[in-house]
Amino acid sequence: MTMPVVLPAERAVPAAPSVLSRVLAHRGLTLGLVMVGGVVLIALLAPLLAPYDPYDQDLTRRLIPPVWHDKGSWLNPLGTDNLGRDYLSRVLYGARISLLIGASVMVISGAIGATLGLVAGYFGGRVDMVASLIITTRLAMPVVLVALAVVATIGGSLTIVILTLGFLKWDRFAVVMRSATQQVRSLDYVTAAEAAGASRLRVLVGEILPNVVPHLIVVATVEAGSAILLEAALSFLGLGVQPPLPSWGLMIAEAKTFMFFSFWLIAIPGAALALLVLGINLVGDGLRDVFAPDGRS
Amino acid sequence: MSAVIEAIGATRIFDLGGGLLGRRLRLHAVTDVDLTVEKGEVLAVVGESGSGKSTLARMMLGLLTPSAGTIRVAGEDITRVPRRALARRMQPVFQDPYSSLNPRRRIAAIVALPLTVQGIGSAEERRARAVAALDKVGLPARHADSYPSQLSGGQRQRVAIARALVTEPEVVICDEPTSALDVSVQAQILNLLIDLRRDLGLTYVFISHNLAVVEHLATRVAVMYLGRIVELADAAQLFARPQHPYTRALLDSVLTPEPGLGIPDTRLGAAAPDPVDPPAGCGFHPRCPVAVERCRMEAPRLARLDDGQVACHLAAPAPVPA
Repeated sequence: MTMPVVLPAERAVPAAPSVLSRVLAHRGLTLGLVMVGGVVLIALLAPLLAPYDPYDQDLTRRLIPPVWHDKGSWLNPLGTDNLGRDYLSRVLYGARISLLIGASVMVISGAIGATLGLVAGYFGGRVDMVASLIITTRLAMPVVLVALAVVATIGGSLTIVILTLGFLKWDRFAVVMRSATQQVRSLDYVTAAEAAGASRLRVLVGEILPNVVPHLIVVATVEAGSAILLEAALSFLGLGVQPPLPSWGLMIAEAKTFMFFSFWLIAIPGAALALLVLGINLVGDGLRDVFAPDGRS
Repeated sequence: MSAVIEAIGATRIFDLGGGLLGRRLRLHAVTDVDLTVEKGEVLAVVGESGSGKSTLARMMLGLLTPSAGTIRVAGEDITRVPRRALARRMQPVFQDPYSSLNPRRRIAAIVALPLTVQGIGSAEERRARAVAALDKVGLPARHADSYPSQLSGGQRQRVAIARALVTEPEVVICDEPTSALDVSVQAQILNLLIDLRRDLGLTYVFISHNLAVVEHLATRVAVMYLGRIVELADAAQLFARPQHPYTRALLDSVLTPEPGLGIPDTRLGAAAPDPVDPPAGCGFHPRCPVAVERCRMEAPRLARLDDGQVACHLAAPAPVPA
């Protein structure tokens, strides 16, 4: 017997194309990234882009139509609302509220759901039974009804909306992370780490988490989009963000009385909302194709 | 010779639940196994799928606790030995090199993981030891920064072996280390394991379903059927004079490289054993070509015969004619 040598017969598999090139090759994902990136830029640069203060009222200049309308002017490119506030400025600032809601709800619910799902999937047995019970209990609660109860007792504000949605919308994170963790947990590299004496925490964070992150990212984007829509719905019902904050959902609610004569008041924030959520969903779908083509989450 | 691992009446039962109304289903994966692993030997554990050999390996690694009986490591009850201390003593090599390496880590980090977990050395020392271990298994240092997806199956299995060796354990428990590989690569990995044992004085527990693989490597062989050891003997004796009808069937089932001979007939039939509902008496009697009435009633015990041990009513008084 001689010492082992590497035989040329064992040739290495060529490296897979980099993540960046796969992202750029995916048209939907690129388009979604451009859309979301645009809204993020607008939100960041709102004070520079907005021609007026979004809270400044001018009752002499109420309900002016947008610039493309016969009666419109470049003074207020998207017109003004019923209190004479510049609509363009309010739409631009509204991007901040939507993104803030989307991002913070995603972080809070992601932290809760991912932790619960990881623990349930890894430990299994009784732990899994308890976690599944918590998930089922949560799924049995209608989000809007709970939000209604919360706002009725505590009162509505941006913080309350974020916390309510954050503590309610973790279910999909938990379900997806649980099943993804169960799959990874049975793989031999997890067993190998356990046999090497690794602590439970190290196995969870070092071996399992990096391999379920793609699923987490996909759920996170979808949930961010759905949180933004839910905030708009709650604000429309008067249960969410309170006036005079320029939330897109609230703007639609305030405009509903004028909808027949001043259609743009509803159409413009509605279109902004639709574009942002479409962009986010495109990103989510695209990331699923790039990261986890086999995973159905 | 001293015992490194001892299994004393080791039993593992898996609870399959069975629902609210259904009968509780219990799977007897390993039943009452007595087995010692001596220092320096290569103990092969063979048997078909579902015979409990992998469960036994996992119990020896401390990954599963026995439902009954004990596993002792160097004389100490395995449930009392801290996981890290156990890991320093023995390390596993698994069957599928595609699932045994974390796809998100670089090779050097994978190989160094046991060191990292044990808190041995600085980051540079760990890397140096990982590269040294890679060198031992015939992988050049340039692979240290690759990801597993960039390596072939044989290379990956070498990485898995390097990881098992990096902490210099006494015992390596190989769970079908060649079954997932191409035949040509199988030979390379087997030769590597033989060389490493000679150079490092390792003890192997070698789990396999293939007696042909075991023949070149093992010093002692335990044959398992339905969670029990049915025959245990030195490799030379077992291959020359198999006593248990199941061992003989396994030997007959080895495929020959000669074309045209077809798949050998083992006379076992297709009835695979069901560990949830094991047959009464000897677990092997429904498939045994020489079973008699006694086999259906009474389970044979593992009894000494020549230099080995056999669990067969017919083997004990007068060996069955082959």
